[in-house]
Formats: sequence, C-alpha cells, structure tokens
Amino acid sequence: MANVVIDPVTRIEGHLRIEAQVDGGKVSKAWSSGTMFRGMELILQGRDPREAWIWAQRICGVCTTVHAHTSVYAVENALGIEIPPNARLIRNLIAGAQHIQDHVIHFYHLHALDWVDVTGALKADPAATAKLAQSISTYGRSSETQFAAVKARVQKLVDSGQLSLMASGYWGHPAYLLPPEVDLLAVSHYLDALEWQREVIKIHSVLGGKNPHLQTYLVGGMASAVDPNSPNVINWERLAFIQERIKMMRAFVTDVYKPDVLAIAPLYKDWFGIGAGHKNYLSYGALQDGLQNDQAKFGFQRGIIANGDLTKVLPFDQQKVTEAIAHSYYTYTGSDTALHPYDGQTNPKYTGPTPPYESLNLGDSDQYSWLKAPRYDGMPMEVGPLARMLVAYGSGNTAVKGLVDGALHALGDVPAAALFSTLGRVAARMLETVYLLDLMDGWLAQLMTNMENGDLTIHDGSKWDPSTWPAEAEGWGFHEAPRGALGHWVKIKDQKIVNYQAVVPSTWNAGPRDEKGQTGPYEASLEGTPVADPTRPLELLRTIHSFDPCLACAVHVVDAKGQERVRVEVR
Amino acid sequence: MGDAGGLVTSPDLLSVAGAAPPEPTTENHWLQVALAHKGISRRRFLGFASAMTALLALPAAMTPQIVNALETKKKPVVVWLEFQDCAGNTESMLRSSNPPIADIVLDALSLEYHETIMAGAGAAAEKVLSDHVAAGDIDILIVEGSIPTADGGVYCTIAGKTALQHLQEAAAASKLVIAVGACAWDGGFPRLGPTGAVGVGDVIGNKPLINLGGCPHNVANTTATIVHYLTFNSAPALDQYNRPLFAYGHLIHDQCERRANFDAGRFVEAWGDEGHRNGWCLYKMGCKGPQATYNCPIVRWNSGTSWPIGAGHGCIACASPRFWERMTPFYGRLPDVKMFGVDANAQTIGLGAIGVVSVATAVHAGSVIARKARGRRKAAVAPDGTVHPTPEPTPEPIPAAPSDGTGTSA
Ligand code: SF4
Ligand code: SF4
Repeated sequence: MANVVIDPVTRIEGHLRIEAQVDGGKVSKAWSSGTMFRGMELILQGRDPREAWIWAQRICGVCTTVHAHTSVYAVENALGIEIPPNARLIRNLIAGAQHIQDHVIHFYHLHALDWVDVTGALKADPAATAKLAQSISTYGRSSETQFAAVKARVQKLVDSGQLSLMASGYWGHPAYLLPPEVDLLAVSHYLDALEWQREVIKIHSVLGGKNPHLQTYLVGGMASAVDPNSPNVINWERLAFIQERIKMMRAFVTDVYKPDVLAIAPLYKDWFGIGAGHKNYLSYGALQDGLQNDQAKFGFQRGIIANGDLTKVLPFDQQKVTEAIAHSYYTYTGSDTALHPYDGQTNPKYTGPTPPYESLNLGDSDQYSWLKAPRYDGMPMEVGPLARMLVAYGSGNTAVKGLVDGALHALGDVPAAALFSTLGRVAARMLETVYLLDLMDGWLAQLMTNMENGDLTIHDGSKWDPSTWPAEAEGWGFHEAPRGALGHWVKIKDQKIVNYQAVVPSTWNAGPRDEKGQTGPYEASLEGTPVADPTRPLELLRTIHSFDPCLACAVHVVDAKGQERVRVEVR
Repeated sequence: MGDAGGLVTSPDLLSVAGAAPPEPTTENHWLQVALAHKGISRRRFLGFASAMTALLALPAAMTPQIVNALETKKKPVVVWLEFQDCAGNTESMLRSSNPPIADIVLDALSLEYHETIMAGAGAAAEKVLSDHVAAGDIDILIVEGSIPTADGGVYCTIAGKTALQHLQEAAAASKLVIAVGACAWDGGFPRLGPTGAVGVGDVIGNKPLINLGGCPHNVANTTATIVHYLTFNSAPALDQYNRPLFAYGHLIHDQCERRANFDAGRFVEAWGDEGHRNGWCLYKMGCKGPQATYNCPIVRWNSGTSWPIGAGHGCIACASPRFWERMTPFYGRLPDVKMFGVDANAQTIGLGAIGVVSVATAVHAGSVIARKARGRRKAAVAPDGTVHPTPEPTPEPIPAAPSDGTGTSA
C-alpha cells in the first residue's frame, strides 16, 4: 500500500503522479502514473505523411523540435530519401541548441529547487558569496553588489507576503544541506539563466521561424533557404547572429552551469549512491554527420549498457522494441502481449478509480497509468543524458571519455559506478551540454564552408510529389531528444499514413510495470530512497526530477478508430 | 528595432559574457523593476509603456494612463492551469523579454500556481490552489490545454480531480479567464481525438473570457492583454471569438513582407529554388496567410527575431479557429485568393500578375513602403471560421457572439 502520494509532480512537463510505500524511512515500492491522455496517433491516420511533423511536434512543447525532427526522418526512411548536407547541418544546429537550452533550464528552473533552499539565501553574506563565486569561475556577474541585489530581491519577495512561484516549496526541510552562500549563488544563476535561455534560443527563430514549435522542417530537407548574399534568407548576417549565440551558450555552460554542478554535487555526495534503478541504459544514437544510418558518424553513439557493465556496449536492434500494457489503461485487439511499434495499437480503456480519487488501484493485476511500458528484448531501459554518456563512454568516444573522467576526478575521484545514481544523471546532463558545444561550432563551420563553396541545396525534392511514392512503405525515425531515445514508426499506404507510433523517452523512463511485474525506471530508482518526512517528500522529487520527466510526450497514443474530419478550406 | 539582413534584433541584446541581464533593484513598482536596466530604468519603462500602447493600437495619449496604472497596482494574483497541453504556451511565456520573464513572475504578478515552474509539489501545491479557490481571490486565471469531457473526465486528472472540476472551481474564483493557445481556446488538435476535448469557453458559462489562440500563443500579445486589463480594468476590443482585435484583427497576407512578391506574381515553385532563396511568396507551397488573421508578421517571435514565413515556410494559420481541421492539408493550396480585387484561384494565380506590375526594381526597395501604403485591412471572421477581408473603411469591432459557447466578453 502506498502511503506517500505526490500529485501533481511539479517542475516537469505534463501530468505525473507518484505513489510510494515508505517503511522505516525508506521507499520500499513505488508506482509511476501518467494521468493525462490526448490521442495524437489516431489523429495522424489518413493524413499526408509530409505534414505529420507539424502534428507530431505538438506532442511536446518543451522538447519542441524533437518530434518534428524524428517524424521527418521516419518518413524519409520509409521513402528512401537522404537529405542534403545543409539540411542535416541545420537540423543538427537546431537539435543541439535545443539540448543545450533545455538542459540548462532543467538544472536551474526545474531541478535546482530540490537542492537549493531559496530562503537559505536570505542568511547569506553577499561578500562571502562573491568570494566563493570568484573562486570557482570567471563569470562576470559575481560581484558583491550583484549578490546583494539578488538577496534584496528575495527579501522583498518574502516581505511582500506574496511569494508567487516560491510559495509552496519545502523550505527549511532537513534534507537541504547547502551553505547559505551556495543557495544565494544558485538563486542568482536561476535568474540569469532565465535571461540567457530566451536569448540563445533565438537560434531557433532564425532557423525555424519561432520557438516553441519551429516551422521549417520538410520531408526531404528544410525550408530555411540558404544564400550568403540574399537579404531574405539564411545569409552571412544570420549565421553571424547564430554564432554569437553559440558563444553565449559556451560562456554560460562553461562559466556557470558546469562550475555550479561541480560545486553543489560534492555537498550532496550521498546522492551518488541513491537512485540507480535497473542500471540498463539505451541510446538510439543521433546527430548524424553523414548518411541517416551511418553509425560511425553519429554525434551520440548507439547501443546498450546492461546491468551497469561499462566494459561492453551491446548492439541495438529496433526490432526488439516492444510496448507492454499489462498495467496501462489500454487493450490490444487479439491478445494483450507486448507489440512492436509497427504493429502498435492503443485502445484506451480506463480502469482506474472514478475521480475525484485519493489513491490509485495498485493491486498486482491493476492498471494504473496512461503510459505503456516500453521494453527492449523484454528488459526495462533507462534513456536520457546518462544513458548517452555511458554508451559513448563505453564506445570509446574520446571527447566524452575525457569529460567524464575529468568530472569524476573533480568530484573527488569517485568511481565511474557513482554515475549510476540520481546525481549521476545531473552530472551527465551537464557533461553532455559541454560536449555539444564543440559539435555546434563544427556544424556551423561546415554550413558556412558549404555556402562559401556554392552549395545552397536545402531540400531533395525528387520525392516531394506523392505520385512518385511506392504504394506501400514503412520506416522508422530515431533521435536522441534531451530526455532520451525517441523513435517514430510510420506505415504509409496509397500516399496516406495508415499507422503512426511514437515511443518516447519519458515512456521508457516513467512507464509502469509490465506483465512480468518488472518495474519501470522511475519506479526502480525510487526504491531505497530515504524519506525524512513523508508529508514533505523532497527526496522523491530529487530522483524523479533527475530524469527530467516530460509526460505530454509520454502519453500520446491511441487506437485506429477513424474520425470524420471536415476539410472545407483547402484543396 | 534595427534590421539586420531581415532579422529584427532588439537594441539591447543581452550578452552573457559581457554585460548583462538587468540588475535587480529594490524599487517597488513592478514594471520599473521589470525594466530596470542600470541607470536607464525609467526611460526603458516609458519605452515599454509606449510599445504597449502601440501594440494595443491605442492613441499615444494613453501612454501616461498605462504608466500610472502599472506603477500603482498591487501584484495581481495569477493562477495558471495546464490540462491536455504540451507546455508550449508555458515555454512561450518563458521567452518573454519585455518585460523579462523573471520580472513577470517575481515582481509584476504573483504567479501563485503554475505546475511547470512552481517550487511546491503534491499536497503543498494543491493547498495553494484550493486556498485561492476557497478565498475567491484569483485576479487572472490563465488556462493552457484542452479539457477532456468524455468518460467522466478520466483523460486528465490532477491530484485525483478531473481537469473539468479544477477549471470550473478555479474559474468561479477568478475575475478574468484567459485561454492561451489553440487547445485551450477551441480544443485544438485533441478535439479530433477520442477524449471529448473542448476549449475553456465551452465549459465556464458566462465568466469573462479572453481567447489568445495560436500554437502556441505569442507572449507579446498576452502581456499586452494583461497590461490593458490591469490599466483599464477591461479587456481590449474583442471579436466574436473573444480574441483581441489588436492581435487577431488583420490578415497575415496583408502584413506579410513577401506580399509585394505575391502581387507581382513571384512565387516559390520548389523548396530551395531561386525564388525561395530570394524570399518570394510561399502561396504555392501551401501558405495559409491569405486566410489567416494574426499579428505574427509584426510582433514576430522570440523578441521579434523572426517568424515562420520570414524563415522560409508557409503559414499554417495556427491562430485561426479550428485550424487543424480547416487548414489541412498544410501543403495544399488555398483556393480563390483575391488579387487586385479580381478572383484568382490556385490554377490561375501567378499567371496574370507578372505582366501587370513592373516591379523588378520596386519590390525590394519598396516593399515596406508598399505595405504601409496598403495599410492593414481589417478582416472579419465568419462564424464558420472563414476570413473575409473587408475594404476600407474598417468596420467597428465585432460584438461578442451570444451564447455560442465561447463565453462573453470581459
Ligand atoms: S501567400 Fe503567404 S507568403 Fe505569400 S504574401 Fe501571402 S502571407 Fe506572405
Ligand atoms: S506564420 Fe502563421 S502558423 Fe506560423 S506562427 Fe505565424 S500565424 Fe502561426
């Protein structure tokens, strides 16, 4: 029986409920439940595959771009299209910017308040904070005046009696361990990161027209035309504008984000031993630097680490992906055994308690989530930055190896196994952000060189006309979204989508138990977590947030029953 | 606003490496704090107020009134609820630059409940919400995402309660409700699924409601709407969908920087072709600008940096009613677009126009002027959602429709 409930889990995207059984100050069992369902895939059936990305992108507005990116790759894979290099570079620049911006937002705005007591900042000495800040970084905004102003701002907020977003935090909780000066430092960077994120994401508006929900993807390439000398498209000036923002990314990541993680983590070193879970890690690989499936040129390597064995990276085969529904609010026609996404179906069938309810039905045969339970070869897999860094590390990616070893050393020569933990996820996310900076520079340089050499191609139009397509085709598109492995599977018949399935990162991580009773990664990683005060379960939030949940992504599926649509305006 | 190769850049681009985001101050008045760049806070504040005056299409003489109202207001209590959403509208809000988002959520408004960014979780978070519901003291309720009504509302529950119950309780405790994004406005794409998804206006009776459609909403319009409400204690002029006319009253096509190319018959014929590289009209690639109203071309996105047509892809009419149903297939051509007062259709468009206007030199140099001269035609949106550009003089704002389920005007 669960005796601790967190609903809503906040500072995430979407609607997540966690129930846990706490015995003797520790979690013995946990249940992860997605509590919202929309039904994207049904809606895609019967549509023009070329516009699927516009719809699929609306699966999520936080990891915006990633579903658009994966959708166009899926349709291109089905139709046998290789996109031109410039289109690939533009997609990579968009994806890299998304990762970097998203990871920083996650650390400061979604995760930091689990470790940082905002009210602690009120006790800080601004001079001492400045000294501390200057000792770990050359970041410009580290003066005593700066920290005094931030402290005054927090004081003003508290004095106003209207605490706004900060009203209901677990302030003063015994699990907060930072010295007041570190609290103040982090609050200051929380505010700076808010400014930074909206400035650097202008890379997306230049290349994609807007953020969120970029609007320049195309099956076959990109619609952001390039021409160094045209005033109306991506020209030198716009590239310089992007370059400026990549520099801002580098400055903030290396001068603020990285030093902050390395300063805060050692003060919570117990958390390198909490929150491991199954220790199975999966990366589809992504950020192609060559043909769509040329794995040798992936920026993120593909593979699997099983049972925490970093000496072996196992090969990945998309045929072994299935989705189980034994504990999910769905049925399959025929039998309820797990299905591969090409044959995926999802008939929603709610069997949970009638709202308003106090607790879920959590018996051994009960359903309790709108998420399915993805499995690889029958095994639960954790996906995300930690999985990617571990797979890259195990695959001998020298840049990643250098970053990871450097961080392990900086954290006090902790062993690599310490990464299988709540704080390991936090550290891996930061390291990945650093890793991407060089890739961003490289892609931009390549794009400039191509344009200089007169290559202005951004689209392969040979298959734009649906009459050139085979009568039937199927394909899968893959990506590594900020939150992990993302796959879209599409079947096309007579120029229309007949089946569309997306298996997304947070479904892998947040999914429920399967028919064998194997827990999902959230559920497994919560087991053993200490809970000082069951009425204020701060510690559970730490582990859940370390995954960076994105629930709108995770629940998006629906069955094949058609729905009449009205189309009056367009022909 | 400077113009760099077609990119609008704000005059004070923040450089993290050098100087810097606004220094917080101890001043009390929210927008002064919001706009406090060292030493020039007052000037910037006045700049913001006049920018708002312009965006809202108010007479310039109104600026002092906005200044006055904003400087003396207490922090209004704002609750932001998310239902069947993707958090895209939240992300859009986080991109706010004028005023910067930190100033909005810490100094300007008291954003007491917002799942994506609030500190508290679970019971502690719910208590904040239920206390405000009990006290009935929510000034502005902002809603993101559609509301599933099928099967007892089981398709979205928060703290065990349905989205519908949350919304109806919170709306009853609020002075004004604002629906942001297509899903909250009219059900968005979830409307097409099996969950019985509807928009806010369908389920909150006669509560004052402002709809800010778009996928997602453009935060510049949302800020302006809130400023208007706080200044005048009323909504800006609304159309029959309860959308502010200042943002939704004009055709994209009439404000588009590529319009001179349309008029001259210069169209992109294939992605990446010469026309595409020269920024020609995207009509033949499926652009829905001729049927869509929004101030997207003027306000643009991400502090005015760019917008979809500016970046090279057609408009999908994301701010139009039920655009997912009415504007698809997105790569299909709109039929029957009016040119020079003559009906032309998808087949004939572009054939006749090239010879008519001798534009070879005029288009590039003169497109802004041409746009200005043409003015911004008001567009009327018919109940079926079709847009009818109307000739000058501009009509009066359309009164709110009666009980068509979209609520009443604030
Ligand atoms: S059809 Fe589209 S691209 Fe062309 S002028 Fe109109 S809005 Fe602009
Ligand atoms: S161009 Fe059209 S579809 Fe794109 S954001 Fe603007 S209004 Fe929406």
